[in-house]
Amino acid sequence: MSTLETAAQSDYLCRIAIDPLSRVEGHGKVTLLVDREHHIRQARLHIVEFRGFEKFIQGRPYWEVPVVVQRLCGICPVSHNLAASKAVDQLVGAHNIPPTAEKIRRLMHYGQILQSHAVHFFHLASPDFLFSFDDPIAHRHIGGVMADFPDIARQGVRLRKYGQEVIQVTTGKRVHGTGNVPGGVNKALTLRERNALLIDLDLMTQWARNILKLIKQAYALNPGYFTYFATIRSHYLSLVRADGALELYHGGLRARNAQGEILFDHLDDRRYAQVLREQVKPWSYMKFPFINSLGPEQGWYRVGPLARINNCDFIATPLAEEERQEFVALGQGQPVHATLAYHWARMIELLHAIEAIKGLLLDADLFGDELTARGEMVREGIGVIEAPRGTLFHHYRINEDGLIEKANLIVSTTHNNQAMNESIRQVAERYLDGKELTEPLLNQIEVAVRAYDPCLSCATHALGQMPLYVERVDQESGAVLDCLVRNADGELSGASECLIQYHKD
Amino acid sequence: MNEPRLKIATCSLAGCFGCHMSLLDLDERLFELAERIELDRSPLTDIKELGFCDIGLIEGGVCNAENVHVLLEFRARCKTLVAIGACALNGGVPALRNQFTLSDCLEESYLRGIGLVNAQIPSDPELPLLLNKVHPLHEIVRIDYFLPGCPPAADAIWTFISQLLSGQPPALSYTQIHYD
Ligand code: SF4
Repeated sequence: MSTLETAAQSDYLCRIAIDPLSRVEGHGKVTLLVDREHHIRQARLHIVEFRGFEKFIQGRPYWEVPVVVQRLCGICPVSHNLAASKAVDQLVGAHNIPPTAEKIRRLMHYGQILQSHAVHFFHLASPDFLFSFDDPIAHRHIGGVMADFPDIARQGVRLRKYGQEVIQVTTGKRVHGTGNVPGGVNKALTLRERNALLIDLDLMTQWARNILKLIKQAYALNPGYFTYFATIRSHYLSLVRADGALELYHGGLRARNAQGEILFDHLDDRRYAQVLREQVKPWSYMKFPFINSLGPEQGWYRVGPLARINNCDFIATPLAEEERQEFVALGQGQPVHATLAYHWARMIELLHAIEAIKGLLLDADLFGDELTARGEMVREGIGVIEAPRGTLFHHYRINEDGLIEKANLIVSTTHNNQAMNESIRQVAERYLDGKELTEPLLNQIEVAVRAYDPCLSCATHALGQMPLYVERVDQESGAVLDCLVRNADGELSGASECLIQYHKD
Repeated sequence: MNEPRLKIATCSLAGCFGCHMSLLDLDERLFELAERIELDRSPLTDIKELGFCDIGLIEGGVCNAENVHVLLEFRARCKTLVAIGACALNGGVPALRNQFTLSDCLEESYLRGIGLVNAQIPSDPELPLLLNKVHPLHEIVRIDYFLPGCPPAADAIWTFISQLLSGQPPALSYTQIHYD
């Protein structure tokens, strides 16, 4: 773990906040404490949201949970809805849902992966690839991409739209649909809906391959940067299928260490509490999970596209498998640890989602009429799924009336909490330390966070409107010597009065 | 196309980002929109400080002191302020916590959770002060328009924004208004 988590002596340091983090889903902030010589003493990613879901869901009927819980996150509502539905399946004793139901659910899940990966890459992160760090702020967003690279922007918008259309036909709505019910789904696909979705599929495949080409070109042009920027060595956790294939809907838990050796494999996901623990730190509402046997210092890990591609033995669709092989070659036998490779892995999954959607659309089971299963009610259910950003755990206990008694969620972004903090510390140490901090330099911190595609909606929401604010404090007297404010154009200027003061108790 | 572009800012307070997703569901119409507006502070841009805007769109209710701050600033700097979605209109799902005390909610998550180590309630000064209850926007500032739905459909958002951009008072048809 980096030593920058907590400054040894935090008095008289300048506090710099990147607040709110932008072009990520949801809101968070980064604070840096810097000394007079511009050395960074502390760097933290704070998640400032608190919703209280675990409490307010208590006393509500179990069948309500999937509909309520998806409203924690509008970017991957289908994932929350599905993880909760899988838990509810167990509560109602539906151990094997009918093939039609399972395939409709897989279809909506791939639609979700496609739209979420597309929105992250194209709408939010693509300026990090297409423009330089110091690109003017007024231009460094999707609007700039639309103006300068209209084809890429249009393909991104259409890829996301396609994913949303898959979600629409399977759940009834693009955001917060209601397709899943206890033990299955409430509607099969019609032939007409299927045929409409088939039309654009080849185009989508082609565009997904284009974007992979673009990423590989960028990588080849600047391999040093892509290999080392924000890179940390970590363990990896994900679900895998029984045969070791990449699996997003239902599988066993696999963890590898930084050398690629298996830590545990095909673990029943309902036994998660035996292997994982969560640490609470006073400065963030987001907890810090770790693998129990390794302890909090050593046991943190990464989830999401990079973890899944590193963890699986193969991908069951041919084009994505070809891409995977090219990707893992980078690691020379070890996992690929490059943080920016998250984007690359994400686009491999985007391609896989399109291939998988195609396979499902051609499956006659989608049109079946057996939609739900039911069995003996039990008191406890645990649903686990690979959401776009990583492994998602939903755990519920109910009382004899079917009302929720206890809920525990570990959302994908939470698993990456320590890793994101480590990555910003790496960037702070390697690229920012000892330098006068400017907006483009600070943007690099955001580039590091953004690579993880953190969904701070699941884990946070909006906070301060404060501009970037830097304050210099005299070491002896504690008086404020100087302060800088980053204005809307990203320029740093002296501030006539100081807005905030940082006090460490 | 030399008409002055209208400046729009968007923000998510205690919301789930789903209303922003619905905005992105304009799909190809985003290109048309981009020609007619300039985006100021928004989760989609790196602009951190709000400029003076014609329209402010706010998703989510108000659950902590920072939310109050941001909302007041949006009110001060946007000519027209719009509450988008159930959370902004009535608190939505985050307001479900209003039936419990705040400390009970915090204790459930940070003291009584499954598999916790160093159980404690986060308390760093960097974390904004939570409000006892989650509030809808209109309890804090005057709101010019309300667009219901969870989230409002992209078509409704499109009709609404187009009307605002062309200077008409927004009026949605019955079928575009829903309260799910
Ligand atoms: S209204 Fe619905 S979609 Fe909008 S922020 Fe609230 S929960 Fe999300």
